[in-house]
Amino acid sequence: MIWKKMVMFPLALLAFAAVYPICFLLAGSLMGSGEIKESLGAALGGSAGYVQIPWLPRYPTLVSYVELLLDSPEFFVMFWNSVKLVAGILLGQLAFGVPAAWGFAKGTFPFRKALFTVYILLMMMPFQVLMLSDHLLLDRLHLLDTHMGLILLSVFSTFPVFIMYRFFDGVPDALVEAARLDGASQWQIFFYVGLPLGSPGVISAMVLGFLEYWNLMEPPMTFLKSKELWPLSLYLPAIGLDRAKVAFAASVLALIPAIFVFLAGQDHLEKGIAAAAVKE
Amino acid sequence: MIERKKIPRGQTGFLFVLPSLVGVTLFILIPFVDVVRRSFVGAASGIWVGLANYQTVFSNRAFRLAAGNTLRFEGVCIPLLLVLSLAAALLLDSLKDHVQFFKGCFLIPMAIPVASAVLLWKVLFHERGLLSGLMHMLHLPEADWMGTSWAFWILVVSYIWKNLGYDMVLWLAGLSGISPSLYEAAQVDGAGRGQCFIYITLPGLLPSLFTISVLSVLNSFKVFREAYLVAGDYPHESMYLLQHLFNNWYRDLSMDKMAAGAVVHAGAIFLLVLFLQRKWEG
Repeated sequence: MIWKKMVMFPLALLAFAAVYPICFLLAGSLMGSGEIKESLGAALGGSAGYVQIPWLPRYPTLVSYVELLLDSPEFFVMFWNSVKLVAGILLGQLAFGVPAAWGFAKGTFPFRKALFTVYILLMMMPFQVLMLSDHLLLDRLHLLDTHMGLILLSVFSTFPVFIMYRFFDGVPDALVEAARLDGASQWQIFFYVGLPLGSPGVISAMVLGFLEYWNLMEPPMTFLKSKELWPLSLYLPAIGLDRAKVAFAASVLALIPAIFVFLAGQDHLEKGIAAAAVKE
Repeated sequence: MIERKKIPRGQTGFLFVLPSLVGVTLFILIPFVDVVRRSFVGAASGIWVGLANYQTVFSNRAFRLAAGNTLRFEGVCIPLLLVLSLAAALLLDSLKDHVQFFKGCFLIPMAIPVASAVLLWKVLFHERGLLSGLMHMLHLPEADWMGTSWAFWILVVSYIWKNLGYDMVLWLAGLSGISPSLYEAAQVDGAGRGQCFIYITLPGLLPSLFTISVLSVLNSFKVFREAYLVAGDYPHESMYLLQHLFNNWYRDLSMDKMAAGAVVHAGAIFLLVLFLQRKWEG
C-alpha cells in the first residue's frame, strides 16, 4: 500500500504539470477584464507586485469569447486557413503515403530496403536542412506565399509512410499469399486485405499528422508573406499580452480541435507512437 | 491431388511505391541535390568556389554559437528525457490501475498547440511573472528569465514537458515486449526486484533504445517553436539555435551560407543515425 502511494505521488505531480496549461487557459478565458488585470497585471505593466496564478475565475463570464468572435474577424480567416492546410496535407498523405507504405511492407522489388532507408533518413531531417531546397522548389513552381506550396511540401513527408509501414508489416504474409492463390490482383489484395487490417496504422498516422500540422509553424513563417494566409499557429502568438482577454479565448478555441482529435484518437495515437518502438 | 505451386512473385509492390517515390524525388531529393551543388558555387557569380562556402560557414561566429548550443541542447535533453521517461514508464508499469488516465495526462502536451501554451510561458517567465514571484517569496534573486542564460534551461523544461508522454509510451511498448516468464523464472530462482531490473528489464529495453533516441532527436528540433514564440528572432545567446541562424540567413538571402550549412547539418544527422544504429543494433 505504501509502495503504491509512493508511486502515485510523483506520477500525480507530473500529470498535474502536464495538464496545468489547459486549466490555466480555460480559467483565463473565463475571466473578465478586471480579474485578468488583477492576476496578470504585473506582467501587463501598470500594477506592482507579481503575477498571481489564475486558478478559478470568481465571476466566470464569456465576454472574452464574445469579444473575440465579434471584434476579430481575422480569427475566422486564420482558423479556416489552418483547417484548409491540415485537410490538404492529410488527404495528400493518404493518397500517396498509404499505398507507398503497403508497397514497402509487402512488396518485393529491387532496392526496396535501400529506398526505405532513404525514407527514414529524410524523416529525420529537420526543417532548417530542407529550408533552402524548399524555397528554391516553391520559387521555381511560383508557389511561394500560397497554401498550395505549403501543402505540397508536407504531402511527401516520409514520417507517415514509416508509421503505416510498421502496421502493414504486421499483416500476416500467409493472408496475402492466400489471397494471391485465390487469384486476387495486387490491387484487390491491397484493398481487401491490406487496408482493413492496416487501418489502425492509417488512423494513427492521421492523428499524429493532425496534431503536428495543426501546430505547423516553421514553413508558414518562412514561406507565407501575406498575413491573411497565416494559420492560427502564427496568429495566436502575435496577439500580445496587452490583449490578454482575446489571446486567452483564441488560445482555447485553437486548442479545442486538437484536444478533440486527441481524446477521440488516444488509443490510435498510443499505438502509432508505440509502433515505432517495436523492432522489425 | 493438384500440386500446389508457389506462384512466382517477381517484382510486386513497386507500383504502389511509385507515386510517392516520384513525389519524394521531384520535390525533396532533386532540390536537395541542387542545394549540394550550390554549396560549392558562389552565390552571385555561380562559378565553382570549392570549399570556400564551407570555410565561411565554419568561421562564422553565429554558426559556431548556434551549432554549439544545438549540440549542448541535444546533449542535455536527450539523456535527461530518456531517463525521466523511463522512470515514469517503470512507475506506471508497476501501477495496475489508473494507467490509461495517467497516459492520457502525460500525452496531452502533444496536443496543446505551442501557440496556445506560449501564453502561459510568457506569464511564467516574465520579469514580474510567476517564477519571479516565487523567487521573491524565497528571498532569491529574480530575473527576466528569458533574457538570461536561464533561457536555455527553460527550453529544456519545455522540451521535456512536451515529450515525456511520447517517450513514456515508447518505453512502455518496449517493456511489454519483455516476456513475463523471464521474471517468473528469476523470482523462482530468488532474484530480487533490483536484480530483475538490472538483468532482465534493462537488457530487454536495449533494442528499443535506438528508436527512442532517434525519435527524441527528431522531436528535439521542434523546440525551436517555443524558443521563437517566446523570444523572437534574436533570443538570448544561450538559446540561439541552428533554426534561428538559418532564419536569419534566409532573411539576408545568404544562399551560399545556407547551402553549405544545410549540407553540414544533413551530414551530421546522417552520421548520428549511423552511429546510434551501429552502437545499439550492431
